[in-house]
Amino acid sequence: MSSDLQDQDYTDELEHDEELWNPGHRACAGCGPALAMKYITEAAGENTIVSNATGCMEVVSTPYPESAWGTSYIHNIFENAASVAAGVEAAYKSFDRRDPDHLDVEDSDDLNIIAIGGDGATADIGFRALSGMMERGHDVLYVMYDNEAYMNTGVQRSSQTPFGASTTTSPAGEESIGNDTNKKDMISIAADHGIPYAATASISNPHDFKQKVEKALDIEGPKFLHVYAPCPVGWSFDSAQTIDLAEKAVKTGLFPVFEMEDGEVTSVNKIRDREPIEEWLEPQGRFKHLFKDDEDGEQAIQELQEWIDGRAEDLGLDA
Amino acid sequence: MARAEPQEQENPSDDQEVMKGTSAVAKGVMAADPDVVSAYPITPQTGVVEKLSELVADGKLDSEFIKVDSEFNAASTCIGASAAGARAFSATSSQGLKLMSEPLFTAAGMRLPIVMAVANRSLSAPLSIWADHTDAFAERDGGMLQFHAEDVQEAIDHVLLSFRVAEQVNLPALSNFDGFILTHVQEPANIPSEEEVSEFLPPRDPEYTLDPSDPKTMGAYARPEHWTESRYEIQRAMMDAREVWADAVEEFNDVFGRDYTEYGGMLDTYYADDADHIIVAMGSIAGTIRNVVDAYREDGEKVGLVRPRVFRPFPAPELRDALAGAESVAVLTKEMSPGYESAFAGEIKGALYHAESQPPIKSYVLGMAGRDVKPEDIAEIVEDVKTASPEMGFKESESWPQLRPELLKGGDEQ
Repeated sequence: MSSDLQDQDYTDELEHDEELWNPGHRACAGCGPALAMKYITEAAGENTIVSNATGCMEVVSTPYPESAWGTSYIHNIFENAASVAAGVEAAYKSFDRRDPDHLDVEDSDDLNIIAIGGDGATADIGFRALSGMMERGHDVLYVMYDNEAYMNTGVQRSSQTPFGASTTTSPAGEESIGNDTNKKDMISIAADHGIPYAATASISNPHDFKQKVEKALDIEGPKFLHVYAPCPVGWSFDSAQTIDLAEKAVKTGLFPVFEMEDGEVTSVNKIRDREPIEEWLEPQGRFKHLFKDDEDGEQAIQELQEWIDGRAEDLGLDA
Repeated sequence: MARAEPQEQENPSDDQEVMKGTSAVAKGVMAADPDVVSAYPITPQTGVVEKLSELVADGKLDSEFIKVDSEFNAASTCIGASAAGARAFSATSSQGLKLMSEPLFTAAGMRLPIVMAVANRSLSAPLSIWADHTDAFAERDGGMLQFHAEDVQEAIDHVLLSFRVAEQVNLPALSNFDGFILTHVQEPANIPSEEEVSEFLPPRDPEYTLDPSDPKTMGAYARPEHWTESRYEIQRAMMDAREVWADAVEEFNDVFGRDYTEYGGMLDTYYADDADHIIVAMGSIAGTIRNVVDAYREDGEKVGLVRPRVFRPFPAPELRDALAGAESVAVLTKEMSPGYESAFAGEIKGALYHAESQPPIKSYVLGMAGRDVKPEDIAEIVEDVKTASPEMGFKESESWPQLRPELLKGGDEQ
């Protein structure tokens, strides 16, 4: 492989196709985040600059000299996608005002600046950059794709890993039920920055997700979207079930779908006959230790269910 | 032993202003007209970011000023702005430079010509806010150009030269000036106007930007088949920067009438040509050294100074030339690489590896974390280095002349 690559003429491959998220990327079969990238770019259109954090979607899409991106795209490091996007936005604000004739830049009125990061890149290591970008009011849409662990490095626990999940750094064992914390509430944290729009969405409902991307991009200022995107490898399930599991996370209330505008919850995707969390847990290998018919497993499931019920009540999730 | 007399204070001329070093540097930045400024306060740099904020607030500087949450995100926002095509500026010191280190290395790899003023300061621990060169040396291997100023005027001019060279070779630049000694001093200096600077520094014209009408992917990851070439290109750009810098200082002299052209702008020397004993040092300490050199010269002793103004690319050929024929060389340095020796001294020794003339080189670690270096300290060093021989061992080749043994574990028995 290496000698082929060295001899190859890459000129043609560097040309972009018409799609904005192109086939040929290296994502696994059944990859939830890859669908999120497709929907984000379809909704945003070509007048877009993407700032991507290090992570699965970066690695699968841009092995030099190839790129899956038909939009302008920049990756810098793991924890600064929000800041890089903020810098791009500041540059365009400056260009708009100063109108430099040496740079052939478009008017930024319709320009979309979108930062994208996984749950670890966003809620953990990139939290400072995200908070700063939102607090300063940059006109940037930040999309956190949530596959509930550090998948690019081999399924380590993040602050979005659900209670009870066995990961490589929160393994289930004699003395461990798996991950011992619940998901950090990123939407409320984002909304508390006073940003005009924060919402959750799931890749199981592309129409809803794309509408939210479009809505967010029409709003001036910082916007935050938390999109739920299952990972067949990290969660250990059949790759044909990605959409089903994304949908079950919504139907069990593990991942409520709602919008917050100017700090207030303005719409909730209500659930009729919310399903018990076992429906979502059982198909996934990372939870199999909870189903050994022992007391610890039952208790963990009950704890998770109670956390979900509490949040459902706060949100008015049940129809 | 020679005794240095204090120099008379010069009065400012008509085209000079007297102001604090940080304010003067900020005004130099203003003349370079950056599109985006993103910086975070840290002592002793803070005056730069404060002054730039003030200039923006007063409508005198038309830049986007990003009030960032940390130095890490100062560098990160500059990376986004620079990739979009903007001229971007930041400033920092010490711990802040450390926090920027990760994104700064990528700015070099992505070939983004961000310019930064670095008010040099020691690194913790122990916490210290005072000047030395530990911070700059810790960033040595990133691929950033590095310049070191002796006085406020040079600190201003180096910022302008940094923009010019960085944007031509597409590498970030650190324009270093010593904390407090230069940041907080009031010195007469000429502040170039925006009109003058525009003659010297054309608007940035990047080959690639993030312009969506011509979409590009920036920051792709490289497998083993490609990474080495990316690093080699940084090395090539650094080597190109030598000539670009030489041209830039020539033109700078034409436009501003300040002559930094000696040794292609790489070295500044003082009575070094015929010197038997040469002191090599960077930054503001050179001012004190000049006084000591004067005193020795009055006594008829051939002592001289060689001051690298450029640290990356390293002025190795110029040092070979400037140090040829010396009986001994004293490297005065405000940094130290624990486990070996002063990185500065080590690099100078390396530069002389191919030289026909190889004088004995002794390093003197001093002026750390703002410890005052007096003329008599330097005179003592000159006396000491006179005795340096090519046969001296590694241990004898390094000295900590200001060390206070009573503060060490075990006390005076050391």
